[in-house]
Amino acid sequence: MSKETLIRAQHLSRHFGPTVAVNNIEFELHRGEVIGFLGPNGAGKSTSMQMITGNLAPTTGSVEVCGIDLLEKPKQAKAHIGYLPEQPPVYKELTVDEYLKFCARINRMDKVNVAAAVDMAKQRCGLSKVGQRLIGNLSKGYQQRVGIAQAIIHTPAIIVLDEPTVGLDPIQIREIRTLIRELGEEHGVILSTHILPEVQMTCDRVQIIRNGELVYQDTMENLTQQFHGSCAVIGLGQEISEDKISTLPAVASVERLAPKRWRLVFEDNSEPVQQIAKQIVDNGWGLTELVPEQKSLEDIFLDITTSEEEHSPAEDDAA
Amino acid sequence: MILTIAARELRSTFLSPVAWTLIGVTQIILAFITGNQLETYVRTIQPQLHMYLTPPDITGEVVIPQYLWLAIVMIVISPLLTMRVFSDERKNKTLALLVSAPISMTEIVLGKYLGLLAIAGIMLATYTILPLSLLFFGELDFGLLFSSILGVFLLMATCMAIGLFFSSMTANPLISAMLSFFSILLLSILIFVPGESPDDFSLADISLFQHLMAFVNGLFSAHDLIYYLIMISAFLILAIRRLDSDRLQH
Repeated sequence: MSKETLIRAQHLSRHFGPTVAVNNIEFELHRGEVIGFLGPNGAGKSTSMQMITGNLAPTTGSVEVCGIDLLEKPKQAKAHIGYLPEQPPVYKELTVDEYLKFCARINRMDKVNVAAAVDMAKQRCGLSKVGQRLIGNLSKGYQQRVGIAQAIIHTPAIIVLDEPTVGLDPIQIREIRTLIRELGEEHGVILSTHILPEVQMTCDRVQIIRNGELVYQDTMENLTQQFHGSCAVIGLGQEISEDKISTLPAVASVERLAPKRWRLVFEDNSEPVQQIAKQIVDNGWGLTELVPEQKSLEDIFLDITTSEEEHSPAEDDAA
Repeated sequence: MILTIAARELRSTFLSPVAWTLIGVTQIILAFITGNQLETYVRTIQPQLHMYLTPPDITGEVVIPQYLWLAIVMIVISPLLTMRVFSDERKNKTLALLVSAPISMTEIVLGKYLGLLAIAGIMLATYTILPLSLLFFGELDFGLLFSSILGVFLLMATCMAIGLFFSSMTANPLISAMLSFFSILLLSILIFVPGESPDDFSLADISLFQHLMAFVNGLFSAHDLIYYLIMISAFLILAIRRLDSDRLQH
């Protein structure tokens, strides 16, 4: 890839006693890219984030940050990273302004630039009106925003956000997602979450992690293409038997959802929606609805995260 | 960088009522004792001053005992001042902020320690107003006064280092306070375990108070100074190691 590589993680593993939290993870982050780390609780997302940001030393493997080895030169490497841990690391007894000033200073910003940086970060995170308030008195959502402001205040090349939208209301979530997209244009962003639409909306690349191992890794674009139009929901003006419906072109299986509504699953690598529409009209079945469904990230996620485990109810829902 | 962290520490300390209360209470206790001591001096010693060959002066009789009292009060107070220094960061998960910033663990610990020293300095300074007020009525032996202040400051600094270390061990401020209180108490009462002869090594030699005695007698010896410096560095290094080990493989 032609774009500048910001993080290169190789063979990252971390053991806690006999438990293997993260096992041999490898990935790269480029400038202008948002990577989503996706996984169920306890999959090793936070442990990975902590290793990338130098909060946890890997048992094996290496992390290169902007070409600097994180383990050998932690100070230089950490200057390029902004990190929002799972719980925003805010001092509740300080005001937002005081706190952000402190953050700018410990990230070795010059005194003259601090005020501008604080204003900038506040503006980007929608904190302009609460600068004088004590962080402890702010709502969880605002504290989360202060946490994000802290991570971007020194305009680091890499921004690592561990579950940034937890505890926010829907409007705030939308704002934060927009912010993440904006940040992803100039910086490299790593986002960990277990909220699937979030990844779909904000990320360029998705990495699914399960039991400490990277089990899936692809660009969002490929993912969308790969699973586009694998099934569709149709609604007809009359009851038609499923046998008849399955004679439609390239239909692999039919499932009755409701009276006069069915889900059609297509054969692999076929895009028969046009022919189906034509066929239904020709048959005079009274087409009322035809919605191609994308196999959502959720399905992929559940497929992957439950594949080797026992058959669970969640899988039934996803199928 | 160290100064930024120290300033934050100092600010947070004085934003909570704990520091104010402790300084206030210490002040009241010591003012009470000073008043008492002063009264004794005026009632019993002053009328007999002409009977002494070398008359006991007010610095040695009134002022210095107060510094010893301050040192004793510090056994109780310093764990309360140091308990939250790292415990709170652990409890509120704010340590990640410092660890992710481009600063070393040594800088973090030194910054925090410097903040604590500033608090110790402020306590000592507010207390010193009391003996200085005696200047309205007479003269003080400034040499003795300074060496006492220095001695008590070194003792306070050591207590702070011990407290900082125990604070780095646990996320519970109360446990950290108890651990540092018992350690400081133990190191203090060892003064009552002297050796057979003054030349032998005895447990009293590692007592915090044993080394204060020379200072409050107006004797400045490198021997005692080095004792305090070794204690301080040892506990600070232990704290750095302890915090670093969080990151590393156990």
